[in-house]
Formats: sequence, structure tokens, C-alpha cells
Amino acid sequence: MEKFDAIVVGAGPAGATAAYLLAKAGMQVIVIERGETPGSKNVSGALLFSQVYSEIFPKFWESAPLERAIVGHAITFLGEQTSVNLDYRDLDEGHVPHNAYSVLRARFDPWMAQQAEDAGAMLMPGFTVDKLLQENGRVVGIEAGGDALMADVVVVAEGTRSGLLKEAGLRTDEYHASDVSIGVKDVIALPEDVITNRFQCLNADEGVAYTCVGHTGGVEGGGFLYTNKDTLSVGVVAKIDAVYKSKLQPHAILNEFKAHPFISRLIAGGEIVEYSAQAIHRGGVHLIGQLYGDGYVVVGSAARLLLNNVMTLRGMDVAVASAAAAAKAILAAREMGDYSHTALAGYEQNFKATNVYKDMVTFKDTYPLLENERLFHVYPELAGAVLGDMFTVGAKPSKKGLKALRDDMRGKVSLWQMLMDMNQIGKGLVR
Amino acid sequence: MSARTLTLDDLLGLDRYEIDEEQSHIQVDQSRCQRCQLQPCLTVCPAAVYVVTEGEVTARYENCLECGTCQIACDSGGAGGITWRPPRGGFGIAFRYG
Repeated sequence: MEKFDAIVVGAGPAGATAAYLLAKAGMQVIVIERGETPGSKNVSGALLFSQVYSEIFPKFWESAPLERAIVGHAITFLGEQTSVNLDYRDLDEGHVPHNAYSVLRARFDPWMAQQAEDAGAMLMPGFTVDKLLQENGRVVGIEAGGDALMADVVVVAEGTRSGLLKEAGLRTDEYHASDVSIGVKDVIALPEDVITNRFQCLNADEGVAYTCVGHTGGVEGGGFLYTNKDTLSVGVVAKIDAVYKSKLQPHAILNEFKAHPFISRLIAGGEIVEYSAQAIHRGGVHLIGQLYGDGYVVVGSAARLLLNNVMTLRGMDVAVASAAAAAKAILAAREMGDYSHTALAGYEQNFKATNVYKDMVTFKDTYPLLENERLFHVYPELAGAVLGDMFTVGAKPSKKGLKALRDDMRGKVSLWQMLMDMNQIGKGLVR
Repeated sequence: MSARTLTLDDLLGLDRYEIDEEQSHIQVDQSRCQRCQLQPCLTVCPAAVYVVTEGEVTARYENCLECGTCQIACDSGGAGGITWRPPRGGFGIAFRYG
């Protein structure tokens, strides 16, 4: 029977990072990926934040298949026929890497897997891992396509859909529909120069990212629009329980978002080339799943490691950080010749020392915001109405801002409620 | 205006699948579905894989985008009738952009 030092289940960012670091340190590593190529099963928005990547893959931006550097981030509130856009741009052209890059996973993930292969890891695509093999309560290998493979340690990096641990009886914590969102996305083709001009970019290397609130069928969630080289990634992310209560199908919510005049003008003339979907755990420090046990570690979104602070939704860099923390613990375990849960506990300590974890703690109070339905269907409309009052010279006498606000709030939200919400937003994002 | 609104079938027609003709990766336990009030699967699936035909919930598994939403919605808001496992290696959705 084949025996490896480490088996990695899944060749996404988490799995590829773990495989890369373990192989680089001289371990015999095999990565098993169920897609026929890495990335062919994987969907993200997708924005890749550079910091963590650059720590593991120095100068990744020189060789990785990136779409555009994100030089602008916008938060957009969509009312019925209004938009209020807060548009931040970093116009310093000189510095690399940029804060973030847009990527398409089917193109980007093969590059990550290649880094692992170049470091000596073996990649086995096109095989679904059917189960974890255990002996005396310890994970000792996997079974895929009827074959058993053994290893000192198994890295579970199979993403949000992770079911191996549950089936092996090693995980009892269930997902709750209120903690998970459904993301649906259209990839829309447009000529490169049209995108560059339409989004006021200098050239085809620059791009922007919009995070939108409102106009998602009244369902708690948000929309996004990211520029790629010659495509746009346009999608919505909505809580699963809110979706089934609304009786609105996800693609209908996406269509409503795309039909908003602010969005429809940005995607005008484009042609949809792919439709995709992904369940996304909302993450958060209080919802981190089990990270390790006897003979195994869990990394990336399989361990529910994500960070959502409304402004940004981070999955890939969080996955990389967790995989690096796990790899470090595995290498220490190898020194001791012990892969028990006690030996692998270093993973949790390593992860808690990362900035990613610290960010998760910093934004722990952001999560109640994602539950606040007024954020999704009262305030976006209100923002447009108040600014509309202030800019419009109409038949009625003009009002100052506060008077306009009080008038526009009437029947929608009380002053008291709004102060409470402001406090919640302040606690979540500001102070 | 752009990106004329495509039907869901049009959208799914854009995607590339390697369909497993021999077996479905989704199992539906009708006895549980019969006593499911909410039937969240009929709403949440982005590919409308789940449909009611002749009073039974059936899974058009060949359209599955493998997002994992149905299992979570079913376990949490439904009656637990859905068992979703990844398709056999090499089968199912194959994203070209992702």
C-alpha cells in the first residue's frame, strides 16, 4: 500500500499552500483534487488580497495569472432608482504589489498547484476522495476511486462543502443556514478597452471593485462587481435562510441586481459567458470550526475560516494563512515523530498569531450587521432620497440635510431605531 | 441594454459539464421530503436542480453547480432528505472561468 508523509485533499489555495510548504521542507506530499484540473470546481468573487500571498509566494504578481490590480474600491448603496457611491481610489501608480488583484479561479488555481508541484508535491487531479481511513480513532489515510492511500498526516482542504470529517464521525458541528450564504455570479465578457474606459482605469492592468448594498430582492445580502481583463464578475451573495424564506431563486436575485440602472449601465453590451455558484460560510472568529485532530488538520473554508467585514469578504488569503500555520505545525510534529492531536495543536497557536486571526477578532462585532435587515432595504433607499432632496431644485422649497433626513425617514425607520443601528455600525466598523 | 436577461436554462447551457450518465451524486429520501413543509431546496438551488414531479422531489443532478447550498438548506430548514456527495472524480461541473 502506498504511503506518503502527507496527503492533501483539495488543490485550492489552502491545499496548494500546505502542499507547497510541506514539499519544500522535504516531505513526500500528494495532493488529490476532484476536478479534472485544479480550479475547475472552484468559484470566488474573486478578489485576492496580496499581503498574505506575498509572505508565502514572494513576487507572486510577476508570474501568477492575475486579471487586474484593484486600484479602486467602491461601496454603493442602491435604492429603487438611485445610487450613492463611495468611491476610494489609490492613484499611486508605482507601488507593487497592489493591495488586491482580481482573479478567475479556473485560471489562478492551476498556478498555485504548479507552485506545489515545482516544490516536489505530486498532484493527482480527477479523483474524488471518498472517505478518510481511521485506525483506533486516528486518521491514517484516505480512500479514492477504490484505492487506499496512507499518510502520517492528512490535510483536509476540501472547501466549504467539506463532508469527509462529518462522515468519518470526526465533526459534529452542523452548518446553520443562517451562517451560510449562497453566492451566484455571471462572468460577462466585454472588450478590454471598454472595461478600462468605462471604469476610468489608466490601462488594462488596473481595475476596480464595487461592493453594493440594496436591490437584492429585499433579501439580506449584497452585490458585487469586479473588473477582470476582458470580463466582469457580477454577483450577489445572500443568506441561505433569507433566500428560502423569500421564495426568490438565487438567479432571480442576481437578475434583479443586474437590472438596477447603476449596474445595467456598467455591464451594458456585455455577453454572459459563464454562470456559477458557491456556498460561502460567513466566517468569523466565533464560528471557526475544528482545526485538527489525531492525524489530520483542517484548513481554509473547510474549517469555516473566512472574514467578512462588509467592506471586504476574504476567503483565499485566510485559507493561505491557515494552511501556512498548519504546515508549520506539521513540520514541528515531524521533528517529534508524533502526529497526534496534541502534537498538531501548534496549528491553532500558529494561526492565532497571524494578522488574519487578529483581523477576525477586530471585526467580531461586524457580524450582527449582516443580520440587520434595515441595512439592506431601508438605508440604501434613504441615502438616495436624502441626497436627492439636497441636490434637487424642485417646485417645493429646499430643505437642509437633517430636515430632509427626518422627512425621508418617516414611516420607514424611527429616529431611535436609526440611532441604535448607527451604534451597531459604529461598533462593527468604526470604533 | 446589455446582457439581455437569459433564462436559467440559457445560463446553464453556457457552462461546461462532464455528465456522469451512470450515477447521480444526489440522493433524495422521499419519505423525508413528503413531510417537509418548507422545501427550501426548491428555492435555494441556483441551478433549480430540485423540482417536484408527480408529487415527488426529483434531482436533475446533471445541472448541479456543486455549490453545496442544498445540503445546508435541507439540513437546517428542511427535513434532511437530501444527501449530496461530490460527483465521481472528473465528472460534474468544469468551470472555465470560476
